[in-house]
Amino acid sequence: MLHSMRRYLPFVIVGAVALLTLGSATLLYRAKRLPFLTIAKNHVAPGTDDAKSIHILGNPDAPVTLEEFGDFQCPPCGMLSGPINQLEQDYHQRLRVIFRHFPLAMHRHAREAALASEAAGQQGRFWQMHDVLYREQAVWSEAADVRPLFDDYAGMLGLNIDRFKKDMESEQVKRRVAADQQQGTALGVTITPTIFINDRALPNASLSPASLHSAVEAAMNVKPSP
Amino acid sequence: MAGSRSRIVPYAVAALISLVGLADATYLTVQSLTGETLVCGGSADCFRVLGSVYARIAGIPVAAFGVVGYFGAFSLATFAAFGYARARKFLALIVWAMFAVTLWFLFVQAFMLHAFCRYCLFSAALVFVLAAVVVLIPSSR
Repeated sequence: MLHSMRRYLPFVIVGAVALLTLGSATLLYRAKRLPFLTIAKNHVAPGTDDAKSIHILGNPDAPVTLEEFGDFQCPPCGMLSGPINQLEQDYHQRLRVIFRHFPLAMHRHAREAALASEAAGQQGRFWQMHDVLYREQAVWSEAADVRPLFDDYAGMLGLNIDRFKKDMESEQVKRRVAADQQQGTALGVTITPTIFINDRALPNASLSPASLHSAVEAAMNVKPSP
Repeated sequence: MAGSRSRIVPYAVAALISLVGLADATYLTVQSLTGETLVCGGSADCFRVLGSVYARIAGIPVAAFGVVGYFGAFSLATFAAFGYARARKFLALIVWAMFAVTLWFLFVQAFMLHAFCRYCLFSAALVFVLAAVVVLIPSSR
Protein backbone atom coordinates (compact mmCIF):
# COMPACT_ATOMS: atom_id res chain seq x y z
CA MET A 1 0.00 0.00 0.00
CA LEU A 2 2.76 2.38 1.08
CA HIS A 3 4.84 1.33 -1.91
CA SER A 4 1.93 1.97 -4.24
CA MET A 5 1.34 5.43 -2.73
CA ARG A 6 5.02 6.25 -3.09
CA ARG A 7 4.87 5.18 -6.71
CA TYR A 8 2.03 7.53 -7.58
CA LEU A 9 3.02 10.46 -5.36
CA PRO A 10 5.36 12.15 -7.89
CA PHE A 11 2.57 12.03 -10.48
CA VAL A 12 0.21 13.66 -8.00
CA ILE A 13 2.76 16.36 -7.10
CA VAL A 14 3.59 17.15 -10.73
CA GLY A 15 -0.09 17.18 -11.67
CA ALA A 16 -0.93 19.47 -8.76
CA VAL A 17 1.85 21.90 -9.71
CA ALA A 18 0.69 21.88 -13.34
CA LEU A 19 -2.86 22.71 -12.30
CA LEU A 20 -1.68 25.34 -9.83
CA THR A 21 0.51 26.99 -12.47
CA LEU A 22 -2.25 26.97 -15.06
CA GLY A 23 -4.80 28.29 -12.56
CA SER A 24 -2.62 31.08 -11.20
CA ALA A 25 -1.52 32.08 -14.72
CA THR A 26 -5.17 32.34 -15.78
CA LEU A 27 -6.11 34.39 -12.73
CA LEU A 28 -3.10 36.67 -13.21
CA TYR A 29 -3.89 37.08 -16.89
CA ARG A 30 -7.47 38.06 -16.12
CA ALA A 31 -6.35 40.52 -13.45
CA LYS A 32 -3.69 42.15 -15.60
CA ARG A 33 -5.37 42.07 -18.97
CA LEU A 34 -5.84 45.57 -20.29
CA PRO A 35 -9.56 46.19 -20.16
CA PHE A 36 -9.88 47.43 -23.73
CA LEU A 37 -8.96 44.49 -25.80
CA THR A 38 -12.20 43.80 -27.60
CA ILE A 39 -12.79 45.21 -31.04
CA ALA A 40 -16.14 46.62 -30.04
CA LYS A 41 -14.50 48.77 -27.42
CA ASN A 42 -11.78 50.00 -29.76
CA HIS A 43 -14.29 51.76 -31.85
CA VAL A 44 -13.12 54.48 -34.16
CA ALA A 45 -16.05 56.50 -35.37
CA PRO A 46 -15.69 57.40 -39.01
CA GLY A 47 -15.62 61.09 -39.65
CA THR A 48 -15.77 62.94 -42.91
CA ASP A 49 -12.14 61.99 -43.42
CA ASP A 50 -9.44 60.11 -41.54
CA ALA A 51 -8.31 63.19 -39.67
CA LYS A 52 -11.74 63.67 -38.15
CA SER A 53 -12.21 60.10 -36.94
CA ILE A 54 -12.45 59.91 -33.19
CA HIS A 55 -11.47 57.33 -30.62
CA ILE A 56 -14.40 56.09 -28.61
CA LEU A 57 -14.17 53.79 -25.62
CA GLY A 58 -17.37 52.04 -24.63
CA ASN A 59 -20.78 52.06 -26.21
CA PRO A 60 -20.74 54.53 -29.15
CA ASP A 61 -24.48 55.16 -28.61
CA ALA A 62 -24.27 55.70 -24.85
CA PRO A 63 -26.46 58.50 -23.50
CA VAL A 64 -23.58 60.19 -21.66
CA THR A 65 -20.33 61.26 -23.30
CA LEU A 66 -17.13 62.10 -21.49
CA GLU A 67 -14.79 63.82 -23.90
CA GLU A 68 -11.26 64.51 -22.83
CA PHE A 69 -8.70 66.78 -24.42
CA GLY A 70 -5.54 65.27 -23.05
CA ASP A 71 -1.78 65.42 -23.22
CA PHE A 72 0.08 62.19 -22.52
CA GLN A 73 2.86 64.04 -20.73
CA CYS A 74 0.55 65.99 -18.45
CA PRO A 75 0.65 64.50 -14.93
CA PRO A 76 -2.97 65.35 -13.99
CA CYS A 77 -4.13 63.68 -17.24
CA GLY A 78 -2.20 60.61 -16.18
CA MET A 79 -3.77 60.70 -12.74
CA LEU A 80 -7.26 60.88 -14.18
CA SER A 81 -6.68 58.22 -16.81
CA GLY A 82 -7.30 55.30 -14.44
CA PRO A 83 -10.43 56.79 -12.85
CA ILE A 84 -11.86 57.59 -16.31
CA ASN A 85 -11.30 53.99 -17.41
CA GLN A 86 -12.94 52.87 -14.20
CA LEU A 87 -15.95 55.10 -14.88
CA GLU A 88 -16.34 53.53 -18.31
CA GLN A 89 -16.22 50.10 -16.68
CA ASP A 90 -18.68 51.06 -13.96
CA TYR A 91 -21.24 52.68 -16.25
CA HIS A 92 -20.59 50.21 -19.04
CA GLN A 93 -23.24 50.69 -21.75
CA ARG A 94 -24.35 54.10 -20.47
CA LEU A 95 -21.07 56.01 -20.86
CA ARG A 96 -18.79 56.55 -23.80
CA VAL A 97 -15.36 58.08 -23.45
CA ILE A 98 -13.79 60.09 -26.25
CA PHE A 99 -10.13 60.98 -26.23
CA ARG A 100 -8.77 63.90 -28.21
CA HIS A 101 -5.18 65.00 -28.45
CA PHE A 102 -4.10 68.31 -27.08
CA PRO A 103 -0.33 68.02 -26.69
CA LEU A 104 1.00 71.12 -24.98
CA ALA A 105 4.12 72.80 -26.36
CA MET A 106 5.63 72.95 -22.87
CA HIS A 107 5.83 69.13 -22.78
CA ARG A 108 8.69 68.18 -25.08
CA HIS A 109 7.59 64.58 -25.76
CA ALA A 110 3.82 65.09 -25.70
CA ARG A 111 3.40 65.38 -29.45
CA GLU A 112 5.53 62.32 -30.11
CA ALA A 113 3.45 60.42 -27.58
CA ALA A 114 0.27 61.51 -29.34
CA LEU A 115 1.75 60.32 -32.64
CA ALA A 116 2.70 57.01 -31.02
CA SER A 117 -0.85 56.44 -29.81
CA GLU A 118 -2.21 57.24 -33.26
CA ALA A 119 0.37 54.97 -34.89
CA ALA A 120 -0.78 52.20 -32.53
CA GLY A 121 -4.35 53.12 -33.49
CA GLN A 122 -3.48 52.35 -37.10
CA GLN A 123 -3.08 48.76 -35.93
CA GLY A 124 -6.23 48.85 -33.81
CA ARG A 125 -4.44 49.40 -30.49
CA PHE A 126 -5.02 53.06 -29.75
CA TRP A 127 -6.51 52.54 -26.30
CA GLN A 128 -3.89 50.04 -25.27
CA MET A 129 -1.11 52.48 -26.20
CA HIS A 130 -3.09 55.29 -24.52
CA ASP A 131 -3.07 53.27 -21.28
CA VAL A 132 0.58 52.30 -21.52
CA LEU A 133 1.67 55.88 -22.22
CA TYR A 134 -0.19 57.19 -19.20
CA ARG A 135 0.94 54.35 -17.00
CA GLU A 136 4.59 54.75 -17.93
CA GLN A 137 4.46 58.53 -18.13
CA ALA A 138 7.06 59.02 -15.40
CA VAL A 139 9.55 56.89 -17.31
CA TRP A 140 9.38 58.23 -20.86
CA SER A 141 8.82 61.84 -19.79
CA GLU A 142 12.34 61.88 -18.41
CA ALA A 143 13.96 60.12 -21.35
CA ALA A 144 16.20 62.05 -23.71
CA ASP A 145 15.02 60.03 -26.70
CA VAL A 146 11.56 58.52 -26.40
CA ARG A 147 11.45 56.72 -29.73
CA PRO A 148 13.20 53.52 -28.54
CA LEU A 149 10.86 53.39 -25.54
CA PHE A 150 7.77 53.89 -27.69
CA ASP A 151 9.05 51.15 -30.00
CA ASP A 152 9.39 48.91 -26.97
CA TYR A 153 5.86 49.70 -25.84
CA ALA A 154 4.66 48.88 -29.34
CA GLY A 155 6.56 45.61 -29.10
CA MET A 156 4.93 44.84 -25.77
CA LEU A 157 1.53 45.44 -27.34
CA GLY A 158 2.36 43.04 -30.13
CA LEU A 159 2.36 45.67 -32.87
CA ASN A 160 4.24 45.39 -36.12
CA ILE A 161 7.20 47.59 -35.20
CA ASP A 162 8.21 48.51 -38.74
CA ARG A 163 4.71 49.64 -39.53
CA PHE A 164 4.48 51.46 -36.20
CA LYS A 165 7.68 53.41 -36.91
CA LYS A 166 6.49 54.24 -40.41
CA ASP A 167 3.07 55.33 -39.18
CA MET A 168 4.60 57.62 -36.57
CA GLU A 169 6.11 59.59 -39.43
CA SER A 170 3.05 59.46 -41.63
CA GLU A 171 1.09 62.52 -42.63
CA GLN A 172 -2.18 60.79 -41.83
CA VAL A 173 -1.20 60.32 -38.19
CA LYS A 174 0.11 63.88 -37.94
CA ARG A 175 -3.15 65.18 -39.41
CA ARG A 176 -5.16 63.23 -36.82
CA VAL A 177 -3.30 64.85 -33.95
CA ALA A 178 -3.45 68.29 -35.54
CA ALA A 179 -7.20 67.94 -36.20
CA ASP A 180 -7.89 67.19 -32.53
CA GLN A 181 -5.75 70.08 -31.47
CA GLN A 182 -7.51 72.46 -33.84
CA GLN A 183 -10.86 71.31 -32.55
CA GLY A 184 -9.73 71.91 -28.97
CA THR A 185 -8.45 75.36 -29.80
CA ALA A 186 -11.73 76.16 -31.54
CA LEU A 187 -13.60 75.13 -28.40
CA GLY A 188 -11.38 77.32 -26.24
CA VAL A 189 -9.28 74.58 -24.71
CA THR A 190 -6.00 75.93 -23.38
CA ILE A 191 -4.99 73.49 -20.67
CA THR A 192 -5.10 69.77 -20.09
CA PRO A 193 -7.00 67.85 -19.10
CA THR A 194 -10.09 69.63 -20.30
CA ILE A 195 -13.08 67.37 -19.89
CA PHE A 196 -16.53 67.79 -21.32
CA ILE A 197 -19.49 65.82 -20.06
CA ASN A 198 -22.24 65.89 -22.66
CA ASP A 199 -20.62 68.91 -24.30
CA ARG A 200 -20.31 70.88 -21.06
CA ALA A 201 -16.78 71.51 -19.81
CA LEU A 202 -16.05 70.69 -16.21
CA PRO A 203 -14.24 73.35 -14.20
CA ASN A 204 -10.54 72.47 -14.31
CA ALA A 205 -9.82 73.63 -10.79
CA SER A 206 -12.08 71.02 -9.27
CA LEU A 207 -11.14 68.07 -11.50
CA SER A 208 -10.68 64.96 -9.41
CA PRO A 209 -11.82 61.34 -9.59
CA ALA A 210 -14.62 62.16 -7.16
CA SER A 211 -15.81 65.25 -9.06
CA LEU A 212 -15.70 63.32 -12.33
CA HIS A 213 -17.80 60.57 -10.83
CA SER A 214 -20.33 63.09 -9.51
CA ALA A 215 -20.51 64.87 -12.87
CA VAL A 216 -21.09 61.61 -14.76
CA GLU A 217 -23.65 60.50 -12.19
CA ALA A 218 -25.46 63.83 -12.51
CA ALA A 219 -25.46 63.53 -16.31
CA MET A 220 -26.93 60.03 -16.03
CA ASN A 221 -29.83 61.41 -14.05
CA VAL A 222 -30.67 64.20 -16.47
CA LYS A 223 -33.69 63.27 -18.51
CA PRO A 224 -33.20 63.80 -22.22
CA SER A 225 -35.04 66.83 -23.50
CA PRO A 226 -37.93 65.98 -25.82
CA MET B 1 18.89 5.43 4.89
CA ALA B 2 21.44 8.24 5.12
CA GLY B 3 22.56 7.46 1.59
CA SER B 4 19.00 7.58 0.33
CA ARG B 5 18.42 10.91 2.02
CA SER B 6 21.61 12.36 0.58
CA ARG B 7 20.25 11.44 -2.86
CA ILE B 8 16.80 12.85 -2.24
CA VAL B 9 17.82 16.24 -0.79
CA PRO B 10 19.61 17.62 -3.88
CA TYR B 11 16.69 16.66 -6.12
CA ALA B 12 14.25 18.21 -3.67
CA VAL B 13 16.35 21.40 -3.74
CA ALA B 14 16.40 21.28 -7.55
CA ALA B 15 12.61 20.86 -7.56
CA LEU B 16 12.18 23.85 -5.24
CA ILE B 17 14.46 26.06 -7.35
CA SER B 18 12.56 25.00 -10.46
CA LEU B 19 9.31 25.89 -8.74
CA VAL B 20 10.58 29.42 -8.04
CA GLY B 21 11.73 29.68 -11.67
CA LEU B 22 8.35 28.42 -12.83
CA ALA B 23 6.63 31.22 -10.90
CA ASP B 24 9.03 33.81 -12.36
CA ALA B 25 8.60 32.54 -15.94
CA THR B 26 4.81 32.29 -15.57
CA TYR B 27 4.68 35.85 -14.32
CA LEU B 28 6.82 37.08 -17.23
CA THR B 29 4.69 35.16 -19.73
CA VAL B 30 1.49 36.70 -18.42
CA GLN B 31 3.13 40.12 -18.40
CA SER B 32 4.16 39.66 -21.99
CA LEU B 33 0.73 38.44 -23.09
CA THR B 34 -1.13 41.28 -21.42
CA GLY B 35 1.28 44.02 -22.43
CA GLU B 36 1.49 45.04 -18.80
CA THR B 37 4.68 46.97 -18.16
CA LEU B 38 4.18 48.78 -14.89
CA VAL B 39 5.44 45.87 -12.80
CA CYS B 40 8.86 46.36 -14.30
CA GLY B 41 9.10 48.99 -11.61
CA GLY B 42 9.34 51.77 -14.13
CA SER B 43 12.63 50.48 -15.48
CA ALA B 44 13.18 51.48 -19.07
CA ASP B 45 15.68 48.64 -19.42
CA CYS B 46 12.99 46.15 -18.62
CA PHE B 47 10.82 47.42 -21.48
CA ARG B 48 13.78 47.33 -23.81
CA VAL B 49 14.33 43.66 -23.10
CA LEU B 50 10.72 42.49 -22.91
CA GLY B 51 9.69 44.54 -25.91
CA SER B 52 12.64 43.52 -28.08
CA VAL B 53 12.53 41.18 -31.05
CA TYR B 54 14.46 38.65 -28.97
CA ALA B 55 11.62 38.40 -26.46
CA ARG B 56 9.40 36.41 -28.82
CA ILE B 57 9.95 33.42 -31.07
CA ALA B 58 7.30 33.04 -33.78
CA GLY B 59 5.07 35.33 -31.75
CA ILE B 60 5.41 33.24 -28.60
CA PRO B 61 6.99 34.98 -25.58
CA VAL B 62 10.30 33.30 -24.73
CA ALA B 63 9.16 33.31 -21.11
CA ALA B 64 6.58 30.69 -22.16
CA PHE B 65 9.45 28.43 -23.18
CA GLY B 66 10.89 29.16 -19.75
CA VAL B 67 7.65 27.91 -18.20
CA VAL B 68 8.01 24.67 -20.15
CA GLY B 69 11.68 24.38 -19.18
CA TYR B 70 11.14 25.00 -15.47
CA PHE B 71 8.10 22.74 -15.36
CA GLY B 72 10.12 20.02 -17.06
CA ALA B 73 12.97 20.49 -14.60
CA PHE B 74 10.55 20.43 -11.66
CA SER B 75 8.84 17.26 -12.88
CA LEU B 76 12.10 15.44 -13.55
CA ALA B 77 13.61 16.52 -10.22
CA THR B 78 10.50 15.28 -8.43
CA PHE B 79 10.60 11.94 -10.19
CA ALA B 80 14.34 11.70 -9.56
CA ALA B 81 13.78 12.35 -5.86
CA PHE B 82 11.38 9.41 -5.84
CA GLY B 83 14.00 7.16 -7.33
CA TYR B 84 13.18 7.21 -11.03
CA ALA B 85 16.66 6.66 -12.47
CA ARG B 86 15.90 7.82 -16.00
CA ALA B 87 14.54 11.13 -14.72
CA ARG B 88 18.00 11.97 -13.37
CA LYS B 89 19.54 11.71 -16.79
CA PHE B 90 16.86 13.85 -18.41
CA LEU B 91 17.04 16.39 -15.59
CA ALA B 92 20.73 16.94 -16.31
CA LEU B 93 19.94 17.30 -20.01
CA ILE B 94 17.18 19.84 -19.53
CA VAL B 95 19.18 21.87 -17.00
CA TRP B 96 22.17 22.10 -19.34
CA ALA B 97 19.90 23.13 -22.19
CA MET B 98 18.43 25.86 -19.97
CA PHE B 99 21.94 26.88 -18.98
CA ALA B 100 22.94 27.30 -22.64
CA VAL B 101 19.79 29.32 -23.43
CA THR B 102 20.41 31.48 -20.36
CA LEU B 103 23.94 32.26 -21.54
CA TRP B 104 22.54 33.29 -24.92
CA PHE B 105 19.99 35.63 -23.36
CA LEU B 106 22.60 37.16 -21.06
CA PHE B 107 24.72 37.79 -24.15
CA VAL B 108 21.74 39.38 -25.94
CA GLN B 109 20.99 41.63 -22.98
CA ALA B 110 24.61 42.66 -22.41
CA PHE B 111 25.89 43.11 -25.93
CA MET B 112 22.93 43.51 -28.25
CA LEU B 113 20.27 45.31 -26.22
CA HIS B 114 22.60 46.94 -23.68
CA ALA B 115 19.82 46.55 -21.14
CA PHE B 116 18.98 44.05 -18.43
CA CYS B 117 15.58 42.88 -17.23
CA ARG B 118 15.61 42.10 -13.53
CA TYR B 119 13.21 39.17 -13.85
CA CYS B 120 15.42 37.69 -16.55
CA LEU B 121 18.49 38.12 -14.36
CA PHE B 122 16.69 36.44 -11.49
CA SER B 123 15.81 33.55 -13.78
CA ALA B 124 19.43 33.37 -14.95
CA ALA B 125 20.60 33.18 -11.33
CA LEU B 126 18.13 30.35 -10.67
CA VAL B 127 19.38 28.40 -13.68
CA PHE B 128 22.99 28.82 -12.54
CA VAL B 129 22.10 27.51 -9.06
CA LEU B 130 20.12 24.67 -10.65
CA ALA B 131 23.11 23.76 -12.80
CA ALA B 132 25.37 23.85 -9.73
CA VAL B 133 23.00 21.51 -7.87
CA VAL B 134 22.92 19.09 -10.81
CA VAL B 135 26.72 19.12 -10.98
CA LEU B 136 27.03 18.50 -7.24
CA ILE B 137 24.55 15.62 -7.14
CA PRO B 138 26.59 12.52 -6.35
CA SER B 139 26.64 9.85 -8.97
CA SER B 140 24.16 7.04 -8.20
CA ARG B 141 26.80 4.40 -8.70
